[in-house]
Amino acid sequence: MQPCFKPVADHSLLVEVSTEISEEANHTVLALDKAIIEARIDGLQEVVPALVNLLVIFDPLTTDHAQVEARIRALLPIKSAGQSASRHHVLDVCYDSELAPDLAAVAKASGLSTEAVISAHCAAQYRVGMYGFAPGYAYLAGVPEAIQVPRKTAPVRDIPAGRVMIAGPQCLCTTLIMPTGWSIIGATSAKIITGDPEQPFLFKVGDSVSFNRIRRESL
Amino acid sequence: MSSAHLRVTHAGPLVSVQDAGRFRQLRYGVSPSGPMDRAAHAIANAALGYPEDATAIEVSLGGLVLECREGAVTFAIAGGAFSVNCGGKASASWGVHTLHEGQKLTIRGGSWGSWCYVAFAGNLSSQDWLGSTATHSMTKFGGGLLQSGQTLEITDAKVLADRVGDLPCPAFAHPDGTVHVVVGPQDQHFPQASIETFLNTAYRLTDKFDRMGLRLDGPILELSEALSIPSEPIVRGSVQVSGDGAPTILLSDHQTMGGYPKVATVVSCDLDRLCQMRASDRVKFVAVTPEQAIQLTRAEATRRRDYMDELSLPRTSLTERLLSENLVSGVINATDR
Repeated sequence: MQPCFKPVADHSLLVEVSTEISEEANHTVLALDKAIIEARIDGLQEVVPALVNLLVIFDPLTTDHAQVEARIRALLPIKSAGQSASRHHVLDVCYDSELAPDLAAVAKASGLSTEAVISAHCAAQYRVGMYGFAPGYAYLAGVPEAIQVPRKTAPVRDIPAGRVMIAGPQCLCTTLIMPTGWSIIGATSAKIITGDPEQPFLFKVGDSVSFNRIRRESL
Repeated sequence: MSSAHLRVTHAGPLVSVQDAGRFRQLRYGVSPSGPMDRAAHAIANAALGYPEDATAIEVSLGGLVLECREGAVTFAIAGGAFSVNCGGKASASWGVHTLHEGQKLTIRGGSWGSWCYVAFAGNLSSQDWLGSTATHSMTKFGGGLLQSGQTLEITDAKVLADRVGDLPCPAFAHPDGTVHVVVGPQDQHFPQASIETFLNTAYRLTDKFDRMGLRLDGPILELSEALSIPSEPIVRGSVQVSGDGAPTILLSDHQTMGGYPKVATVVSCDLDRLCQMRASDRVKFVAVTPEQAIQLTRAEATRRRDYMDELSLPRTSLTERLLSENLVSGVINATDR
């Protein structure tokens, strides 16, 4: 894949790997993210990986778009790093109906029993594609097609932290009280904002995640 | 070490604790937050001889009233033209004063500007999150929003008599209704006519203006097609166009990713001035190339550095020095405009 470079204001470059979401595009983004950070490019301030593109933020007082682009082009073609450096996380989830207000609707839309939805959700392997929207909101790709549902037409207010929700191929564990249009199918005790200053966020982009069903009293 | 205790007798909405910002965390969904007017925040700190990124209070048009319950502390105010009264004495909105026990500091909206900064000669005790006291208004992470009734503690509070006096309001602090943008990064999703409309029409700021963003009122911007583009990183200054065709400029507490196409991005050196505008003010967007954008930012940085160099010297002779070096042409009276 030949990335496309677009200048953003005076301080950033958007590097677009693809315009379509795919696992391959995200792998390339993550490999490029790693390579750019390791290249220690002069004046580079921050790299922000998303699903199919990444933003490279630099100090406009010491470098410019052309210099940063040339340094990144020198890293191409990028080899997909694979999963070598990533970690696997198993998150406990309770799917009890009081904590999963949308589980029945997801089951109905999928033509499955709620038990089958839970099994499918637990059996799948997810990957942290990016963080976005709000602190600690990690977008986990990998919801099985059989239980994929679209976003609701209108968001629901005040969803508590620690809920597990899905929309399309993405799954997400909430970290804050927020409105959401996603379907809430469970609750987790996992803390994605850890409170540990050494490692404030549980996942690194590219890590893999799976879910383990627990009983309410174990939550 | 002496400390000062200041009771918040009134704090309007969005009066918050802010250091320079929480950088390099966008990859975890964390926006930088920090001051809406970064230059004014830095100036308030520098006027006291403190590091430019020190923790200060950002005051919104909702205003702030503090009452000194214990101790005394010198403080600096910079940003916009607010109405300031310290210890019963009205004063210019840019200046350094000392608040003594029993005295009140009242700050209210004035003739222009939306945000001003109060920095203290001391350390404003505040909650830290991920290494920064900057408040993210939506989650209230960081130092937090000020609440009426709370008491602020300034540890190591100092009275710096030699710094007391008016501060010159630099010309670069004042919005002039023009904002430079670099077109893109999703201009391909807009017909050429939409981009021309955006660049050739004055937009008005709406009252949907907070620390997350600023919605504009003006001609709607048509998209080439109904879109569902993959989310991509957002920066402070991204001009995104939602489904209804209205542009919104993302600001300090912006969400970190977004799927709406961005027609343009505001050049960083114009963001402080943009944030000082008010609802119903008119703004005109002028397109520059990325190279020109960098030149603008570098020139602005030089102007700011020159001003800061003067500030770091004791106050008594500051105005004279600025006058003698003919920097006065770049200095305006904050109450004039």
